[in-house]
Amino acid sequence: MAEPETLAVGSGAAPAPVPPPARRRRLGRRQRQRLGRTAGYLVFVALLLAVVAAADWGTLADAFFRLDVAGEMFPEAITVALRNTIVYTLLAFAFGLVLGLVLALMRLSSVGPYRWFATGYIELFRGLPSLLVLFMVGYGVPLAFPNREIPGGVYGAVTIGLGVTAAAYMAETIRAGIQAVPKGQLEAARTLGMSHGRAMVSIVLPQAFRIVIPPLTNEIILLTKDTSLAYVLGVTATTIELTKFAGDALNTRVNPTPLVVAGLLYLAITLPLSQLVRWLERRAAKER
Amino acid sequence: MPAIEIRDLHKAFGKLEVLRGIDLSVETGEVVCVIGPSGSGKSTLLRCVNLLEQPTSGSVHVAGVEVTDPDCDIDDVRRRIGMVFQQFNLFGHLRVRENLTIAQRRVLGRTRAEADRIAAVNLDRVGLADKADAYPAQLSGGQQQRVAIARALAMDPQLMLFDEPTSALDPELVGEVLAVMRGLAAEGMTMLVVTHEMSFAREVASRVVFMDGGTVVESGPPDEVFGAPREPRTREFLHRVLEPTRVSEAEIGAHAPSGS
Repeated sequence: MAEPETLAVGSGAAPAPVPPPARRRRLGRRQRQRLGRTAGYLVFVALLLAVVAAADWGTLADAFFRLDVAGEMFPEAITVALRNTIVYTLLAFAFGLVLGLVLALMRLSSVGPYRWFATGYIELFRGLPSLLVLFMVGYGVPLAFPNREIPGGVYGAVTIGLGVTAAAYMAETIRAGIQAVPKGQLEAARTLGMSHGRAMVSIVLPQAFRIVIPPLTNEIILLTKDTSLAYVLGVTATTIELTKFAGDALNTRVNPTPLVVAGLLYLAITLPLSQLVRWLERRAAKER
Repeated sequence: MPAIEIRDLHKAFGKLEVLRGIDLSVETGEVVCVIGPSGSGKSTLLRCVNLLEQPTSGSVHVAGVEVTDPDCDIDDVRRRIGMVFQQFNLFGHLRVRENLTIAQRRVLGRTRAEADRIAAVNLDRVGLADKADAYPAQLSGGQQQRVAIARALAMDPQLMLFDEPTSALDPELVGEVLAVMRGLAAEGMTMLVVTHEMSFAREVASRVVFMDGGTVVESGPPDEVFGAPREPRTREFLHRVLEPTRVSEAEIGAHAPSGS
Protein backbone atom coordinates (compact mmCIF):
# COMPACT_ATOMS: atom_id res chain seq x y z
CA MET A 1 0.00 0.00 0.00
CA ALA A 2 1.32 3.44 -0.90
CA GLU A 3 2.18 5.69 1.96
CA PRO A 4 0.67 9.17 1.52
CA GLU A 5 4.03 10.90 2.10
CA THR A 6 5.64 9.27 -0.91
CA LEU A 7 2.93 10.36 -3.33
CA ALA A 8 4.68 13.65 -4.10
CA VAL A 9 6.84 12.77 -7.08
CA GLY A 10 10.12 14.25 -8.14
CA SER A 11 10.90 16.60 -5.28
CA GLY A 12 13.71 14.39 -3.96
CA ALA A 13 14.53 14.87 -0.31
CA ALA A 14 11.78 15.89 2.08
CA PRO A 15 12.10 19.51 3.32
CA ALA A 16 13.98 19.91 6.59
CA PRO A 17 11.65 20.33 9.58
CA VAL A 18 11.08 23.96 10.52
CA PRO A 19 12.73 24.70 13.89
CA PRO A 20 10.33 25.90 16.59
CA PRO A 21 10.32 29.71 16.92
CA ALA A 22 12.64 31.10 19.56
CA ARG A 23 10.66 32.44 22.49
CA ARG A 24 12.59 35.61 23.12
CA ARG A 25 9.88 38.14 22.26
CA ARG A 26 7.68 39.02 25.21
CA LEU A 27 4.97 40.82 23.19
CA GLY A 28 2.89 39.37 20.40
CA ARG A 29 2.92 41.03 17.00
CA ARG A 30 -0.47 42.64 17.53
CA GLN A 31 0.50 44.06 20.92
CA ARG A 32 3.63 45.64 19.50
CA GLN A 33 1.65 47.20 16.64
CA ARG A 34 -0.81 48.71 19.09
CA LEU A 35 1.99 50.08 21.25
CA GLY A 36 3.70 51.69 18.24
CA ARG A 37 0.50 53.34 17.08
CA THR A 38 -0.29 54.73 20.53
CA ALA A 39 3.22 56.20 20.81
CA GLY A 40 2.72 57.86 17.40
CA TYR A 41 -0.52 59.49 18.49
CA LEU A 42 1.01 60.70 21.76
CA VAL A 43 3.92 62.40 19.97
CA PHE A 44 1.50 64.07 17.55
CA VAL A 45 -0.74 65.42 20.33
CA ALA A 46 2.30 66.67 22.28
CA LEU A 47 3.63 68.57 19.24
CA LEU A 48 0.20 70.04 18.53
CA LEU A 49 -0.16 71.28 22.12
CA ALA A 50 3.35 72.79 22.01
CA VAL A 51 2.52 74.73 18.81
CA VAL A 52 -0.83 75.95 20.17
CA ALA A 53 0.80 77.09 23.42
CA ALA A 54 3.72 78.81 21.71
CA ALA A 55 1.69 80.62 19.03
CA ASP A 56 0.73 84.24 19.53
CA TRP A 57 -2.84 84.00 18.29
CA GLY A 58 -3.57 87.69 18.44
CA THR A 59 -0.61 88.58 16.22
CA LEU A 60 -1.40 85.78 13.80
CA ALA A 61 -5.00 86.89 13.39
CA ASP A 62 -3.87 90.51 12.94
CA ALA A 63 -1.41 89.53 10.24
CA PHE A 64 -3.22 86.94 8.19
CA PHE A 65 -6.91 87.20 8.95
CA ARG A 66 -7.79 90.90 9.04
CA LEU A 67 -11.44 90.92 7.99
CA ASP A 68 -11.41 94.63 7.10
CA VAL A 69 -8.43 94.18 4.78
CA ALA A 70 -10.03 91.11 3.22
CA GLY A 71 -13.36 92.90 2.83
CA GLU A 72 -11.79 95.78 0.88
CA MET A 73 -10.53 93.34 -1.75
CA PHE A 74 -14.04 92.46 -2.79
CA PRO A 75 -15.75 92.45 -5.19
CA GLU A 76 -12.73 93.17 -7.47
CA ALA A 77 -10.93 90.05 -6.20
CA ILE A 78 -13.63 88.01 -7.88
CA THR A 79 -15.00 90.18 -10.68
CA VAL A 80 -11.56 91.15 -12.02
CA ALA A 81 -8.73 89.11 -10.52
CA LEU A 82 -10.32 85.68 -10.26
CA ARG A 83 -12.10 86.21 -13.55
CA ASN A 84 -8.84 87.06 -15.34
CA THR A 85 -7.08 84.09 -13.75
CA ILE A 86 -9.76 81.81 -15.14
CA VAL A 87 -9.74 83.52 -18.55
CA TYR A 88 -5.93 83.26 -18.83
CA THR A 89 -6.12 79.61 -17.82
CA LEU A 90 -8.80 78.71 -20.34
CA LEU A 91 -7.15 80.64 -23.19
CA ALA A 92 -3.74 79.07 -22.55
CA PHE A 93 -5.34 75.65 -22.19
CA ALA A 94 -7.29 75.92 -25.44
CA PHE A 95 -4.20 77.14 -27.29
CA GLY A 96 -2.04 74.42 -25.75
CA LEU A 97 -4.61 71.70 -26.45
CA VAL A 98 -4.87 72.48 -30.17
CA LEU A 99 -1.11 72.87 -30.57
CA GLY A 100 -0.51 69.80 -28.40
CA LEU A 101 -2.85 67.68 -30.56
CA VAL A 102 -1.05 68.81 -33.72
CA LEU A 103 2.32 68.03 -32.12
CA ALA A 104 1.12 64.61 -30.93
CA LEU A 105 -0.03 63.71 -34.44
CA MET A 106 3.27 64.99 -35.87
CA ARG A 107 5.14 62.92 -33.30
CA LEU A 108 3.33 59.79 -34.52
CA SER A 109 3.61 60.72 -38.20
CA SER A 110 5.35 58.46 -40.68
CA VAL A 111 7.01 61.57 -42.14
CA GLY A 112 10.43 61.87 -40.51
CA PRO A 113 10.82 65.68 -40.44
CA TYR A 114 7.42 66.05 -38.71
CA ARG A 115 8.53 63.61 -36.03
CA TRP A 116 11.85 65.37 -35.57
CA PHE A 117 10.25 68.79 -35.33
CA ALA A 118 7.68 67.61 -32.77
CA THR A 119 10.32 65.83 -30.70
CA GLY A 120 12.57 68.89 -30.77
CA TYR A 121 9.71 71.21 -29.82
CA ILE A 122 8.61 69.00 -26.93
CA GLU A 123 12.13 68.58 -25.56
CA LEU A 124 12.80 72.32 -25.87
CA PHE A 125 9.70 73.61 -24.13
CA ARG A 126 9.67 70.96 -21.43
CA GLY A 127 13.20 71.98 -20.61
CA LEU A 128 12.61 75.75 -20.33
CA PRO A 129 11.13 77.60 -17.33
CA SER A 130 7.67 79.04 -18.05
CA LEU A 131 8.84 82.44 -16.83
CA LEU A 132 11.62 82.58 -19.40
CA VAL A 133 9.21 81.66 -22.20
CA LEU A 134 6.78 84.31 -20.98
CA PHE A 135 9.55 86.92 -21.02
CA MET A 136 10.43 85.86 -24.54
CA VAL A 137 6.85 86.14 -25.79
CA GLY A 138 6.09 89.32 -23.85
CA TYR A 139 9.33 91.24 -24.41
CA GLY A 140 11.80 89.30 -26.54
CA VAL A 141 9.66 88.83 -29.62
CA PRO A 142 8.17 92.38 -29.56
CA LEU A 143 11.72 93.78 -29.36
CA ALA A 144 12.76 91.76 -32.36
CA PHE A 145 9.69 92.72 -34.40
CA PRO A 146 8.77 96.23 -33.24
CA ASN A 147 6.26 96.76 -36.04
CA ARG A 148 4.14 93.79 -35.17
CA GLU A 149 1.96 93.20 -32.18
CA ILE A 150 0.67 90.05 -30.54
CA PRO A 151 -3.11 90.21 -30.97
CA GLY A 152 -5.07 90.51 -27.77
CA GLY A 153 -2.40 92.42 -25.82
CA VAL A 154 -1.66 90.83 -22.46
CA TYR A 155 -4.37 88.21 -23.05
CA GLY A 156 -2.67 87.17 -26.29
CA ALA A 157 0.80 87.18 -24.74
CA VAL A 158 -0.28 85.03 -21.77
CA THR A 159 -2.20 82.66 -24.05
CA ILE A 160 0.84 82.07 -26.23
CA GLY A 161 3.47 82.36 -23.52
CA LEU A 162 1.87 79.73 -21.27
CA GLY A 163 0.22 77.83 -24.11
CA VAL A 164 3.43 76.93 -25.96
CA THR A 165 4.83 75.27 -22.83
CA ALA A 166 1.55 73.56 -21.96
CA ALA A 167 1.38 72.26 -25.55
CA ALA A 168 4.65 70.40 -25.07
CA TYR A 169 3.31 68.56 -22.02
CA MET A 170 -0.11 67.94 -23.52
CA ALA A 171 1.44 66.61 -26.75
CA GLU A 172 3.15 63.86 -24.77
CA THR A 173 -0.06 63.09 -22.87
CA ILE A 174 -2.15 62.92 -26.03
CA ARG A 175 0.46 60.80 -27.80
CA ALA A 176 0.34 58.31 -24.94
CA GLY A 177 -3.46 58.32 -25.15
CA ILE A 178 -3.44 57.63 -28.88
CA GLN A 179 -0.99 54.79 -28.40
CA ALA A 180 -3.15 53.35 -25.62
CA VAL A 181 -6.01 52.77 -28.09
CA PRO A 182 -5.63 49.14 -29.25
CA LYS A 183 -4.21 48.77 -32.75
CA GLY A 184 -7.20 46.63 -33.71
CA GLN A 185 -9.45 49.71 -33.56
CA LEU A 186 -7.55 51.39 -36.38
CA GLU A 187 -7.39 48.12 -38.33
CA ALA A 188 -11.14 47.56 -38.00
CA ALA A 189 -11.82 51.08 -39.21
CA ARG A 190 -9.44 50.68 -42.15
CA THR A 191 -11.01 47.37 -43.19
CA LEU A 192 -14.36 49.17 -43.37
CA GLY A 193 -12.81 51.41 -46.03
CA MET A 194 -12.03 54.45 -43.90
CA SER A 195 -8.92 56.42 -44.81
CA HIS A 196 -6.23 56.76 -42.16
CA GLY A 197 -7.28 60.33 -41.38
CA ARG A 198 -10.97 59.49 -41.16
CA ALA A 199 -10.22 56.52 -38.89
CA MET A 200 -8.12 58.74 -36.61
CA VAL A 201 -10.84 61.40 -36.36
CA SER A 202 -13.85 59.10 -35.98
CA ILE A 203 -12.43 56.12 -34.11
CA VAL A 204 -9.01 56.59 -32.51
CA LEU A 205 -9.02 60.20 -31.24
CA PRO A 206 -12.41 60.03 -29.45
CA GLN A 207 -11.17 57.01 -27.50
CA ALA A 208 -7.74 58.54 -26.91
CA PHE A 209 -9.29 61.69 -25.43
CA ARG A 210 -11.36 59.63 -23.04
CA ILE A 211 -8.14 58.12 -21.76
CA VAL A 212 -6.33 61.45 -21.37
CA ILE A 213 -9.12 63.50 -19.77
CA PRO A 214 -7.75 62.99 -16.22
CA PRO A 215 -4.15 64.02 -17.07
CA LEU A 216 -5.42 66.94 -19.15
CA THR A 217 -7.48 68.14 -16.20
CA ASN A 218 -4.29 68.04 -14.16
CA GLU A 219 -2.73 70.24 -16.82
CA ILE A 220 -5.51 72.82 -16.23
CA ILE A 221 -4.60 72.85 -12.53
CA LEU A 222 -0.94 73.49 -13.36
CA LEU A 223 -1.90 76.24 -15.80
CA THR A 224 -4.15 77.90 -13.24
CA LYS A 225 -1.15 78.31 -10.98
CA ASP A 226 1.15 79.36 -13.82
CA THR A 227 -1.14 82.29 -14.70
CA SER A 228 0.38 83.98 -11.63
CA LEU A 229 3.42 84.58 -13.83
CA ALA A 230 1.38 86.95 -16.00
CA TYR A 231 2.34 89.84 -13.71
CA VAL A 232 5.74 90.05 -15.39
CA LEU A 233 4.01 91.30 -18.54
CA GLY A 234 2.94 94.47 -16.75
CA VAL A 235 -0.76 93.84 -16.27
CA THR A 236 -3.13 96.79 -15.83
CA ALA A 237 -6.13 97.28 -13.56
CA THR A 238 -8.37 95.46 -16.04
CA THR A 239 -6.00 92.61 -16.92
CA ILE A 240 -4.77 91.93 -13.39
CA GLU A 241 -4.91 88.36 -12.07
CA LEU A 242 -5.07 86.98 -8.54
CA THR A 243 -1.43 86.91 -7.45
CA LYS A 244 -0.60 90.43 -8.67
CA PHE A 245 -3.88 91.68 -7.26
CA ALA A 246 -3.03 90.24 -3.84
CA GLY A 247 0.53 91.56 -4.06
CA ASP A 248 -0.74 95.07 -4.75
CA ALA A 249 -3.14 94.88 -1.83
CA LEU A 250 -0.30 93.62 0.37
CA ASN A 251 1.75 96.72 -0.54
CA THR A 252 -1.01 99.26 0.04
CA ARG A 253 -2.23 97.79 3.33
CA VAL A 254 1.12 96.48 4.55
CA ASN A 255 -0.63 93.35 5.68
CA PRO A 256 -0.39 89.77 4.38
CA THR A 257 -4.11 88.97 4.64
CA PRO A 258 -4.60 89.51 0.84
CA LEU A 259 -2.20 86.61 0.16
CA VAL A 260 -4.38 84.32 2.26
CA VAL A 261 -7.49 85.50 0.40
CA ALA A 262 -5.80 84.91 -2.97
CA GLY A 263 -4.65 81.48 -1.81
CA LEU A 264 -8.19 80.53 -0.84
CA LEU A 265 -9.49 81.72 -4.21
CA TYR A 266 -6.89 79.59 -6.04
CA LEU A 267 -7.96 76.61 -3.96
CA ALA A 268 -11.56 77.33 -4.91
CA ILE A 269 -10.52 76.53 -8.49
CA THR A 270 -7.94 73.79 -8.00
CA LEU A 271 -9.53 71.68 -5.25
CA PRO A 272 -12.75 70.97 -7.19
CA LEU A 273 -10.64 70.22 -10.26
CA SER A 274 -8.45 67.73 -8.43
CA GLN A 275 -11.59 66.11 -7.00
CA LEU A 276 -12.85 65.90 -10.58
CA VAL A 277 -9.60 64.23 -11.68
CA ARG A 278 -9.92 61.69 -8.90
CA TRP A 279 -13.52 60.96 -9.86
CA LEU A 280 -12.61 60.63 -13.55
CA GLU A 281 -9.76 58.28 -12.74
CA ARG A 282 -11.99 56.12 -10.57
CA ARG A 283 -14.57 55.98 -13.34
CA ALA A 284 -11.93 55.08 -15.93
CA ALA A 285 -10.59 52.33 -13.67
CA LYS A 286 -14.09 50.90 -13.36
CA GLU A 287 -14.60 50.81 -17.13
CA ARG A 288 -11.50 48.75 -17.72
CA MET B 1 -12.81 35.53 -62.44
CA PRO B 2 -11.92 34.28 -58.94
CA ALA B 3 -12.99 36.36 -55.94
CA ILE B 4 -9.46 36.11 -54.55
CA GLU B 5 -6.37 35.09 -56.43
CA ILE B 6 -3.06 34.85 -54.57
CA ARG B 7 0.12 34.12 -56.50
CA ASP B 8 3.55 33.25 -55.08
CA LEU B 9 2.94 35.36 -51.97
CA HIS B 10 5.88 35.96 -49.67
CA LYS B 11 5.86 37.87 -46.41
CA ALA B 12 8.77 38.36 -44.05
CA PHE B 13 8.87 40.26 -40.76
CA GLY B 14 12.54 41.24 -40.64
CA LYS B 15 14.38 37.96 -40.99
CA LEU B 16 11.38 35.85 -40.06
CA GLU B 17 9.78 34.41 -43.19
CA VAL B 18 6.13 33.91 -42.37
CA LEU B 19 4.80 33.17 -45.85
CA ARG B 20 7.02 31.33 -48.33
CA GLY B 21 5.24 31.28 -51.63
CA ILE B 22 1.48 30.85 -51.29
CA ASP B 23 -0.73 30.14 -54.29
CA LEU B 24 -4.43 30.12 -53.54
CA SER B 25 -7.57 31.14 -55.31
CA VAL B 26 -11.10 31.42 -53.97
CA GLU B 27 -14.00 31.31 -56.40
CA THR B 28 -17.11 33.40 -55.92
CA GLY B 29 -19.49 31.62 -53.56
CA GLU B 30 -16.80 29.33 -52.17
CA VAL B 31 -16.14 28.90 -48.45
CA VAL B 32 -12.44 28.18 -47.95
CA CYS B 33 -11.24 27.28 -44.47
CA VAL B 34 -7.56 27.65 -43.66
CA ILE B 35 -6.36 25.41 -40.84
CA GLY B 36 -2.93 24.76 -39.39
CA PRO B 37 -0.82 25.15 -36.27
CA SER B 38 -0.12 28.48 -34.59
CA GLY B 39 2.57 30.43 -36.36
CA SER B 40 1.97 28.71 -39.67
CA GLY B 41 1.11 32.03 -41.35
CA LYS B 42 -2.68 31.59 -41.65
CA SER B 43 -3.59 34.95 -40.18
CA THR B 44 -0.82 36.74 -42.06
CA LEU B 45 -2.13 35.25 -45.30
CA LEU B 46 -5.61 36.55 -44.52
CA ARG B 47 -4.28 39.99 -43.60
CA CYS B 48 -2.38 40.20 -46.88
CA VAL B 49 -5.66 39.86 -48.80
CA ASN B 50 -6.85 43.31 -47.68
CA LEU B 51 -3.34 44.63 -47.23
CA LEU B 52 -3.40 44.97 -43.44
CA GLU B 53 0.03 43.43 -43.99
CA GLN B 54 2.10 44.56 -46.94
CA PRO B 55 3.38 41.44 -48.75
CA THR B 56 7.11 41.24 -49.40
CA SER B 57 6.55 39.87 -52.89
CA GLY B 58 3.91 38.15 -54.98
CA SER B 59 0.49 39.35 -56.03
CA VAL B 60 -3.04 39.39 -54.64
CA HIS B 61 -6.07 40.07 -56.82
CA VAL B 62 -9.48 40.68 -55.30
CA ALA B 63 -12.36 40.59 -57.80
CA GLY B 64 -9.90 41.28 -60.59
CA VAL B 65 -8.25 44.27 -58.89
CA GLU B 66 -4.61 43.85 -57.97
CA VAL B 67 -4.40 45.07 -54.35
CA THR B 68 -0.63 44.63 -54.33
CA ASP B 69 -0.36 47.25 -57.09
CA PRO B 70 1.09 50.38 -55.42
CA ASP B 71 -1.41 52.55 -57.35
CA CYS B 72 -4.43 50.57 -56.17
CA ASP B 73 -7.00 52.55 -54.16
CA ILE B 74 -6.94 50.21 -51.18
CA ASP B 75 -9.75 51.99 -49.32
CA ASP B 76 -12.02 51.35 -52.28
CA VAL B 77 -11.13 47.64 -52.34
CA ARG B 78 -11.45 47.28 -48.57
CA ARG B 79 -15.00 48.57 -48.46
CA ARG B 80 -15.94 45.53 -50.57
CA ILE B 81 -14.13 43.06 -48.27
CA GLY B 82 -15.69 42.44 -44.87
CA MET B 83 -13.31 41.38 -42.12
CA VAL B 84 -13.99 39.83 -38.74
CA PHE B 85 -11.23 39.74 -36.13
CA GLN B 86 -10.39 37.37 -33.31
CA GLN B 87 -10.64 40.26 -30.82
CA PHE B 88 -13.92 41.63 -32.30
CA ASN B 89 -12.50 45.19 -32.42
CA LEU B 90 -15.86 46.86 -31.95
CA PHE B 91 -15.62 50.61 -31.47
CA GLY B 92 -15.93 50.91 -27.70
CA HIS B 93 -17.02 54.55 -27.65
CA LEU B 94 -19.97 53.95 -29.96
CA ARG B 95 -23.26 52.18 -29.46
CA VAL B 96 -23.95 49.01 -31.43
CA ARG B 97 -26.07 50.89 -33.97
CA GLU B 98 -23.36 53.52 -34.51
CA ASN B 99 -20.78 50.75 -34.90
CA LEU B 100 -22.82 49.59 -37.87
CA THR B 101 -23.62 53.00 -39.33
CA ILE B 102 -20.41 55.02 -39.00
CA ALA B 103 -18.64 53.52 -42.01
CA GLN B 104 -21.86 53.36 -44.05
CA ARG B 105 -22.23 57.11 -43.59
CA ARG B 106 -18.60 58.24 -43.69
CA VAL B 107 -17.40 55.84 -46.39
CA LEU B 108 -20.44 54.99 -48.50
CA GLY B 109 -22.14 58.34 -47.97
CA ARG B 110 -25.46 56.82 -46.99
CA THR B 111 -27.97 59.02 -45.18
CA ARG B 112 -28.57 58.46 -41.49
CA ALA B 113 -32.02 57.03 -42.14
CA GLU B 114 -30.78 54.59 -44.75
CA ALA B 115 -27.77 53.57 -42.65
CA ASP B 116 -30.03 53.00 -39.64
CA ARG B 117 -32.38 50.87 -41.72
CA ILE B 118 -29.53 48.73 -43.07
CA ALA B 119 -28.04 48.47 -39.57
CA ALA B 120 -31.38 47.20 -38.24
CA VAL B 121 -31.65 44.59 -40.99
CA ASN B 122 -28.15 43.29 -40.30
CA LEU B 123 -28.54 43.29 -36.52
CA ASP B 124 -31.68 41.25 -37.02
CA ARG B 125 -29.70 38.99 -39.35
CA VAL B 126 -27.38 38.08 -36.44
CA GLY B 127 -30.20 37.94 -33.87
CA LEU B 128 -29.32 41.13 -31.98
CA ALA B 129 -32.05 43.52 -33.10
CA ASP B 130 -32.71 44.40 -29.45
CA LYS B 131 -29.10 45.41 -28.70
CA ALA B 132 -28.87 48.43 -31.01
CA ASP B 133 -28.62 50.89 -28.12
CA ALA B 134 -26.12 48.90 -26.04
CA TYR B 135 -22.42 49.66 -25.80
CA PRO B 136 -20.04 46.84 -26.82
CA ALA B 137 -18.78 46.45 -23.24
CA GLN B 138 -22.31 45.51 -22.17
CA LEU B 139 -22.39 42.50 -24.52
CA SER B 140 -21.00 38.99 -24.16
CA GLY B 141 -18.09 37.95 -26.36
CA GLY B 142 -20.37 35.98 -28.65
CA GLN B 143 -22.73 38.92 -29.01
CA GLN B 144 -19.83 41.26 -29.72
CA GLN B 145 -18.56 38.99 -32.46
CA ARG B 146 -22.03 38.80 -34.01
CA VAL B 147 -22.19 42.60 -33.98
CA ALA B 148 -18.78 42.64 -35.68
CA ILE B 149 -20.12 40.36 -38.39
CA ALA B 150 -23.20 42.57 -38.79
CA ARG B 151 -20.94 45.65 -38.98
CA ALA B 152 -19.03 44.09 -41.87
CA LEU B 153 -22.24 42.94 -43.61
CA ALA B 154 -23.74 46.43 -43.41
CA MET B 155 -21.18 47.52 -46.01
CA ASP B 156 -22.59 44.97 -48.50
CA PRO B 157 -19.25 43.21 -48.97
CA GLN B 158 -18.57 40.91 -51.90
CA LEU B 159 -16.52 38.61 -49.71
CA MET B 160 -15.80 38.09 -46.04
CA LEU B 161 -12.54 37.34 -44.26
CA PHE B 162 -12.71 35.68 -40.83
CA ASP B 163 -9.55 35.67 -38.69
CA GLU B 164 -10.09 33.02 -35.99
CA PRO B 165 -13.49 34.48 -35.15
CA THR B 166 -14.21 32.08 -32.27
CA SER B 167 -10.76 31.74 -30.70
CA ALA B 168 -11.31 34.44 -28.07
CA LEU B 169 -14.72 33.12 -27.01
CA ASP B 170 -15.82 31.05 -24.06
CA PRO B 171 -16.66 27.55 -25.33
CA GLU B 172 -20.39 27.96 -24.77
CA LEU B 173 -20.46 31.10 -26.97
CA VAL B 174 -18.74 29.56 -30.00
CA GLY B 175 -21.93 28.00 -31.35
CA GLU B 176 -23.86 31.26 -31.81
CA VAL B 177 -21.07 32.78 -33.93
CA LEU B 178 -20.67 29.63 -36.01
CA ALA B 179 -24.44 29.57 -36.57
CA VAL B 180 -24.30 33.03 -38.13
CA MET B 181 -21.33 32.02 -40.28
CA ARG B 182 -23.09 28.85 -41.43
CA GLY B 183 -26.09 30.94 -42.41
CA LEU B 184 -23.89 33.29 -44.43
CA ALA B 185 -22.28 30.36 -46.21
CA ALA B 186 -25.70 28.94 -47.05
CA GLU B 187 -26.69 32.28 -48.57
CA GLY B 188 -23.74 31.97 -50.94
CA MET B 189 -21.34 34.49 -49.36
CA THR B 190 -17.75 34.07 -50.48
CA MET B 191 -15.73 33.39 -47.32
CA LEU B 192 -12.10 32.87 -46.45
CA VAL B 193 -11.98 31.59 -42.88
CA VAL B 194 -8.96 31.00 -40.67
CA THR B 195 -10.20 28.73 -37.91
CA HIS B 196 -9.43 26.11 -35.31
CA GLU B 197 -13.02 24.83 -35.41
CA MET B 198 -12.45 21.63 -37.33
CA SER B 199 -16.10 20.56 -37.21
CA PHE B 200 -17.10 23.86 -38.81
CA ALA B 201 -14.47 23.45 -41.55
CA ARG B 202 -15.54 19.90 -42.18
CA GLU B 203 -19.22 20.71 -42.38
CA VAL B 204 -19.32 24.10 -44.09
CA ALA B 205 -16.15 24.49 -46.17
CA SER B 206 -16.17 23.87 -49.88
CA ARG B 207 -12.41 23.54 -49.62
CA VAL B 208 -9.95 23.14 -46.75
CA VAL B 209 -6.38 24.44 -46.89
CA PHE B 210 -3.82 23.08 -44.44
CA MET B 211 -0.89 25.42 -43.87
CA ASP B 212 2.35 24.80 -42.01
CA GLY B 213 5.62 26.70 -41.92
CA GLY B 214 4.40 29.40 -44.28
CA THR B 215 3.38 27.09 -47.11
CA VAL B 216 0.20 25.33 -48.19
CA VAL B 217 0.86 21.68 -47.34
CA GLU B 218 -2.39 20.26 -48.61
CA SER B 219 -5.72 21.47 -49.86
CA GLY B 220 -8.88 19.86 -51.10
CA PRO B 221 -12.50 19.09 -50.24
CA PRO B 222 -13.02 18.64 -46.49
CA ASP B 223 -13.86 14.94 -46.87
CA GLU B 224 -10.45 14.34 -48.45
CA VAL B 225 -8.36 16.51 -46.14
CA PHE B 226 -10.06 15.28 -42.98
CA GLY B 227 -10.98 11.79 -44.14
CA ALA B 228 -7.87 10.78 -46.05
CA PRO B 229 -5.06 13.29 -45.61
CA ARG B 230 -2.22 12.68 -48.07
CA GLU B 231 0.59 14.44 -46.22
CA PRO B 232 2.09 13.03 -42.98
CA ARG B 233 2.24 16.55 -41.52
CA THR B 234 -1.51 16.95 -42.08
CA ARG B 235 -2.20 13.59 -40.49
CA GLU B 236 -0.14 14.47 -37.42
CA PHE B 237 -1.83 17.86 -37.02
CA LEU B 238 -5.33 16.42 -37.36
CA HIS B 239 -4.52 13.60 -34.97
CA ARG B 240 -3.39 16.08 -32.33
CA VAL B 241 -6.28 18.46 -32.83
CA LEU B 242 -9.10 15.97 -33.27
CA GLU B 243 -7.95 13.34 -30.76
CA PRO B 244 -6.03 15.29 -28.14
CA THR B 245 -6.61 12.64 -25.48
CA ARG B 246 -5.03 9.96 -27.65
CA VAL B 247 -1.70 11.71 -28.10
CA SER B 248 0.80 9.34 -26.48
CA GLU B 249 3.78 10.31 -24.37
CA ALA B 250 6.08 8.47 -26.76
CA GLU B 251 4.92 10.74 -29.62
CA ILE B 252 5.95 13.90 -27.85
CA GLY B 253 9.24 12.52 -26.53
CA ALA B 254 8.20 12.41 -22.88
CA HIS B 255 9.71 9.71 -20.72
CA ALA B 256 8.07 8.61 -17.50
CA PRO B 257 10.60 8.45 -14.67
CA SER B 258 11.71 4.86 -14.10
CA GLY B 259 12.62 3.17 -10.80
CA SER B 260 11.52 5.89 -8.42
